[in-house]
Amino acid sequence: MSVKETGSVRKIIFGLDSFGDIPVDESGELMTHAGAIRQVVEEAILADKLGVDVIALGEHHRYDFSISSPETVLAGIATKTKNIKLASGVTVLSSDDPVRVFERFATLDALSNGRAQIILGRGSFTESFPLFGYNMEDYEILFEEKVQLMAEVLKEKPVTWTGATRAPLAGTEIYPRTESGRIHTSIGVGGSPQSVIRAAKYGFPLMLAVIGGSPERFVPYIELYKQAGEQFGTETNEIGIHSPGFIADTDEEAVKIAWPAHKINFDRIGSTRGWPPIKREHFDEEVAKYSLYIGSPETVAQKMAKTIRTLGVNRFDLVYGGGPMPAKARLRMIELYATKVIPRIRELLDDNGE
Amino acid sequence: MANNSKSIAILGAGKLGVTLAQLALTAGYTVYISGSGTPEKIRLSMKVLAPGAIVTSSENAVRHTNLVILAMPLGKYKTIPKDILAGKLVIDSMNYWWEVDGEREDLRNLETSTSETVQSYFSSSRVVKALSHMGYHHLSDGAATKGSSERKAIAIAGDNLADSKNIAIIVDDLGFDPLIIGDLATGKQLQPGYIAFGANVDRETLKSYFL
Repeated sequence: MSVKETGSVRKIIFGLDSFGDIPVDESGELMTHAGAIRQVVEEAILADKLGVDVIALGEHHRYDFSISSPETVLAGIATKTKNIKLASGVTVLSSDDPVRVFERFATLDALSNGRAQIILGRGSFTESFPLFGYNMEDYEILFEEKVQLMAEVLKEKPVTWTGATRAPLAGTEIYPRTESGRIHTSIGVGGSPQSVIRAAKYGFPLMLAVIGGSPERFVPYIELYKQAGEQFGTETNEIGIHSPGFIADTDEEAVKIAWPAHKINFDRIGSTRGWPPIKREHFDEEVAKYSLYIGSPETVAQKMAKTIRTLGVNRFDLVYGGGPMPAKARLRMIELYATKVIPRIRELLDDNGE
Repeated sequence: MANNSKSIAILGAGKLGVTLAQLALTAGYTVYISGSGTPEKIRLSMKVLAPGAIVTSSENAVRHTNLVILAMPLGKYKTIPKDILAGKLVIDSMNYWWEVDGEREDLRNLETSTSETVQSYFSSSRVVKALSHMGYHHLSDGAATKGSSERKAIAIAGDNLADSKNIAIIVDDLGFDPLIIGDLATGKQLQPGYIAFGANVDRETLKSYFL
């Protein structure tokens, strides 16, 4: 289903996603974690100035990513930007407390004049479980219960709740209240059917994390989301996708910068999960056919437009700066994304941005 | 390739179970599928994601066929009563994934392959390791018709060659070139941490990993 075929040409939301990967500075040295965090703030300010719709920051608890507390970084961005929406991507709800999540994002919402967004996830990285004292055996129930409580808390009314994973609440009010009365909250899913159904059950917008393979595979998952929404009587209009990419002035330059950084990133994660080192041919295949949006502005725009059309999604968050990439190249990418790629996609989709 | 007399039971309706159900349906198999909860819980997902698959309980699913795929998190293999798989040919497509299964001393045993552990539990079944090393999205994208130059390969490890050969036919039906690499102990080479884990390559390349 194309965007046009849905009847109304809606504005597609374009975002940037980061986990706070550690960039390298001009002398080729890895930045510190603190430097990497400040780099993300600079990037968000640039993205805001150039009109990118949203910046989403994900939570990790490991050496190669600097962001473990997305909303704190977002708060730093909040007071230096005007329009850009400030999202987590994702908040690992299973190992967090829904009440505290609300409090932190409601505070962010105040600082940003209503620009806070939450994307909830179970977490495909689960290092937060032992870190915060949770058991992996409780993976399912933790998320199920916490999503349920989160849905209640987000109503911004007194909460009464009982469950197995947290102390009960009896008519408890949670502060601060937001001015709009609602923080925009989505659920990020990686392809587990039950997670898709869960998002529909609570009427949360869906963010599909497509980090490898063909995006077309997700067409039935979107159908599942919509059918489940019909069954539950909930809204299922907002569907987004999150995929990694990198943009430079030419295809060659983009690959030249992205490949070594991607390899370091992939192999480091792979070594803890038992994957062998990635080979260049697999990277090339993913770039040519699947879910790495790497290349010149025209190449990336064509590829993103095709995915948006195929899936009929109305939001695309591009994960940028994967691995130890030059800080300068990341800023250039954001400039190209905002000034060339996004306008070109709108043109390709005949989406006038209104 | 399609043969209506073939049937398969898939225990597990997550990412891998759904992908294997889709491939088996395309190959013309009758597919019975069960999840960890009640059939009701996965009925809608299967209707949309794997239309045609028959959703039922594990006990019921295996009653209809002699061929069973275990496609749930490895840590949960003992939730399947071993008696219901007695006499069946069982494909073990599972891997020890500490992030899902938690720290399990029994599964990260360095001496024994996880498929041997599964075989010793299902002692009256014949367990063959297959469809375990390739990621589910590569399985989904990579299935190709026989003879296609694009075809990727799937390694098979089992203690009985006749059983491995039967599984090879199924792998072929699903869209991959089968490669029998040895017994269940050899199947360790397909586990996380070993070179063939994650392999999404053609038969010749896969073969070279075991030379």
